[in-house]
Formats: sequence, C-alpha cells, structure tokens
Amino acid sequence: MYAQMVKSTGERVKALDEMGPEERAFQERVDADIKIEPKDWMPEGYRKTLVRQIGQHAHSEIVGQLPEGNWITRAPTLDRKAILIAKVQDEAGHGLYLYCAAETLGVSRDEMTEELLSGKAKYSSIFNYPTLTWADIGAIGWLVDGAAIMNQVPLQRCSYGPYSRAMIRICKEESFHQRQGYDIMMRLCEGTAEQKEMAQDALNRFWQPALMMFGPSDKDSVHSAQSMAWKIKQNSNDELRQKFVDQTAPQAEYLGLNVPDPDLKWNEEKQGYDFSEPDWNEFYEVLKGNGPCNKERMEARQKAWNEGAWFRDGLMANAKKKKARRMAAE
Amino acid sequence: MTATVKTDAALFELALRMGDNALILGQRIGAWCGHAPAVEEDIALANVALDLIGQTKMWLGLAGELEGKGRSADDLAFLRDARAFRNALLVEQPNGDFAHTLMRQYLFDAWHHPMLVALKSSADKRVADIAEKAEKEARYHLERSEDLIVRLGDGSAESHERMQTALDALYPFAGELYAADAIDGDLAARRIAPDLGEVGKRYLASLKSTFEEATLKAPWDAATRKGGKQGMHSEELGYILAEMQWMQRAYPGAKW
Repeated sequence: MYAQMVKSTGERVKALDEMGPEERAFQERVDADIKIEPKDWMPEGYRKTLVRQIGQHAHSEIVGQLPEGNWITRAPTLDRKAILIAKVQDEAGHGLYLYCAAETLGVSRDEMTEELLSGKAKYSSIFNYPTLTWADIGAIGWLVDGAAIMNQVPLQRCSYGPYSRAMIRICKEESFHQRQGYDIMMRLCEGTAEQKEMAQDALNRFWQPALMMFGPSDKDSVHSAQSMAWKIKQNSNDELRQKFVDQTAPQAEYLGLNVPDPDLKWNEEKQGYDFSEPDWNEFYEVLKGNGPCNKERMEARQKAWNEGAWFRDGLMANAKKKKARRMAAE
Repeated sequence: MTATVKTDAALFELALRMGDNALILGQRIGAWCGHAPAVEEDIALANVALDLIGQTKMWLGLAGELEGKGRSADDLAFLRDARAFRNALLVEQPNGDFAHTLMRQYLFDAWHHPMLVALKSSADKRVADIAEKAEKEARYHLERSEDLIVRLGDGSAESHERMQTALDALYPFAGELYAADAIDGDLAARRIAPDLGEVGKRYLASLKSTFEEATLKAPWDAATRKGGKQGMHSEELGYILAEMQWMQRAYPGAKW
C-alpha cells in the first residue's frame, strides 16, 4: 500500500438525510457504484482526500524508484538487469498515470512535486529502508509489491473514475513485479548457503516494514470511516494486513525461510495466521522523517528536481521561440 | 556451419564491439533511473537502457557462439577485464550533467542507427538478424536524442551553454566510431560489415545539420580520442566494471 494515514476530513460520516441535495445525489451515486468523473459535483473533502491519497501514491512510485534503482548498475546478470530496469521504469510510469489522475482534481504535477520536496506531502514509509544486498531486490518485489497489490486490487473499484482506471493498469504490472521478486528469492534459496543467508537477512529486515505499509491498526486509524463511505478505501488496514500475512507466510515456508516473528502461527478457528504487530514507534518515527534513508531519499529527489531545472526551462524556452517563429511566419 | 566461420576472429571482434558499446552505454544510463530532471526522462532513459541491454544479450550471445569456448553473454559481460572490452571510449564517458548524458547519447545514436541500417544487409545472417531488431530501437533512440539536442541547444541561454560545453567535451570521442582498423577493413571486404568511412560520411552530415539547427558549434578539427575498440580504454572503464561485475566476482559460480 503506497498511501498510509491519508488525512480525511476528520469529521464523522454524515447520514444521507443530513446532506444537501447535491451531496446526497453524489453519495447515492457512490453507494450505487457509479463512478464519479472529474466534471461531476463532489464534496470538497472528497476532492481533498483524493488529492492527498493519489498524491501520496504517486510520490511513493517516484521515490520508490530509488531503493531498487540503487541495484541497476550491480544486478548480477544481464537478464536481472533488464528486468530490474523494466520494473523501475514501470514505477515511474505509475507515478505519471497517478499524477495525471490527480491533475483531473485541479492540482498540477508541479504543485504536487513541490509538496513532496518541501516535506509537506508524504510517501510510503517502506521506501525509507535501504537496499543493502541483491536479496533486498527480491524481498521488495515479493513483500512490498505483494503488499501493494493487496491494497491496489480493491482500489480498482474506487469511486473516482480516473483513479480506478489508473489502478486497473497499475495492477497488471504489479503482479509481474511480485513474481519477479519471488523468482529472485527462489533462486537465492536454491543457491549456496551464502545466498540463502542473504535471502533470510532480507526477509528479516523487510518483514516488519512491509506490515507497516498497511498503516496503523484500525483502532488507531482515524481517517478510515469517511474514506470508506466515499469508497476511496475499501478495506480496513487490519483486514488487508491479515490477508497479506495469510498469503505470505506459506510462501516463506515454501522458500524455506523463517518469518522473523516467534508468534506467527496458524489459527484454525479464524482460518488465518496470528502474528505480532510491527513496532509502531518505528513506523511513526519513519513517517516523521527519522527512518534510515528519509534524508537520502529526499535529497536525491531534490537534487534531481533542482539540477534538472535548466533542462525543463530550456525546453520551455524552445517551445516559446518556436511559437514566436510560427506567429512571425503567419 | 564450418569451423572457419565458427572461429571467425574478426566477426567475434565486431560482435564484441557492438555488444560492448550497448552494454557500457546501457550501464551508464541505467544509473539515471529515479534521478532524471522529469519523470518522462526517467521513463525514456530506462527504455533506452532496456533496449541496449537487450541488444547486448544478442551481440554478446553471438560473440560467445563464434568464440566456441562455451562462454555465455553473461560470462562475457561480467567476467572479462577492461583490456578485453571493445567499446568505443565515448560510451564509457561519465554521465556528467544531463547535458553530457544527452550529448553522449546523441553522438552515439547518430552513428549507431546508420551502422545498424547497414548491418541489416550483412553477408552474415546472424549479424543481419540482430541488426534488423536493433535498428528499429536505435531509430527511436536517435529521434529522441536528436530532438532534445535541437530543443536544448536552441533553448534558454543556460541550456545552450550546457549543451555547447557537453559537445566540446564529447565531440573528440565521436571519430573513433567510424575510424576503421584492419578488422573493419576485413569485415567490409567480406560484406559482413559496411565500409566505416561511408557510415562516417553520413554520420558527419547528420551531425552537421543537427548542430546547425541546435545553434551549436562542434569543434570539428579537434583531435580524435580513440583506442577503446582495440581495448585501450580510459580510466573510467575499470570503475564501471568494478561496479557492474562485482556480484559475479564476489560470488563465483553462484546462480542468480
């Protein structure tokens, strides 16, 4: 999940009979699963919440290029290099679709970028962890993309048309990403003792951060009810986290790896795994900017943006010159 | 296939030269992922890098086959030392600012595309087949890099200056791409590869018209810097290989 702790209105959800006619018509469309399109009337809170959520998601894709891009020049084979480049390229593409979806809500990509670079807008906590070994590229594909899919599959049914359509395209690519990650892990686990150790170490480091991707526990999640009523969020954080653990624990077992949680065990009664909550203090620290790589990630994005200013300005200057020449010729 | 074809040393060199150019340039631009000045550029550069790595697999795959010692494309990419690399010096030059990266790309693409067009009619079918695939990709690379050179050269004062600085620094490496040695002469005589002098003429004509439109001035008379095609590289290559080959060197024989 690339959008965590998206602030909603902070108000309680209104009942239909408390709404004015426009809002009521809007809510009835949402309830009837009719998509809301850019030109339709929408409550200001709906628009703002979506801008935050889509923006956070887009920024996560953009910042998410960095930890994996970190291994492009060191990927161990030509095939792995090509697959990794393709994956990081997909992420940039996802960022682009999502910025476009957010632009339909009246906010420009440059405004959103400024918000990211000033630290006002957030991106997923997961990208603030370092990729230290090649196995981390496997673990990210397997766990991080796996968690992203859990969240994004229901978002294909999101009430806002452009977001929903962006998610349909994105989900197709994410499942390829997850498979390539698991494939890296399989290869490591079939390999030498050193490779298997590398795989276990990556799982140890990424397990908790992956669980945190779903956001805080439902009891501490203050913005969910309104988002769920608006169908811009379909499942609770804990539901999705449970689903993720249920899917992932058997995959770890198949790989012969140990999930770093002594309390992880199958619960016959609930037909799901019991597991320990991640360290929420760490989560809040990472969100505040105190994760292991927050500083480096922001600096890399700021550098790309600031050092690229001449490039963007140069293209604009050329477009202006061309326009002036065209007008002079007419 | 006869034994003489299998161990064709000149053809092996051609496959290495084409493959190593693609590999080292792909490696260089792959490092931009996530750091480019606009998301569209991240995507486009990744796309070009991906094509080049794909082409590397084909050329180095052919080289391994020609050599007949059982070396795969990966073995050639990750387990050769600098002196055995055959890429031109241009592609190993550092990324620098984005202007240097674009200028290096354009100087390469403007040669690469006509070279591949010519290789499509190679007397060796394997070469012609690879060129057939790669040429379509290279055409797109050239369209894109040429367009950016023109727009940024004839853009703002700063973009013009940066592009000019990059051109001054990189133009001296362009000549190596079409400087023929005995190997090129042999391949041209057997119609396996084109006469590089002819490719060079077309190359220089297209550079001239692009730079004119871009309002840039190439240092046409600068001395050519060369040697990479024969394995005499700049100091840059050792560092590129140290990074690129590190895993294969650190974990010998491991499968990834």
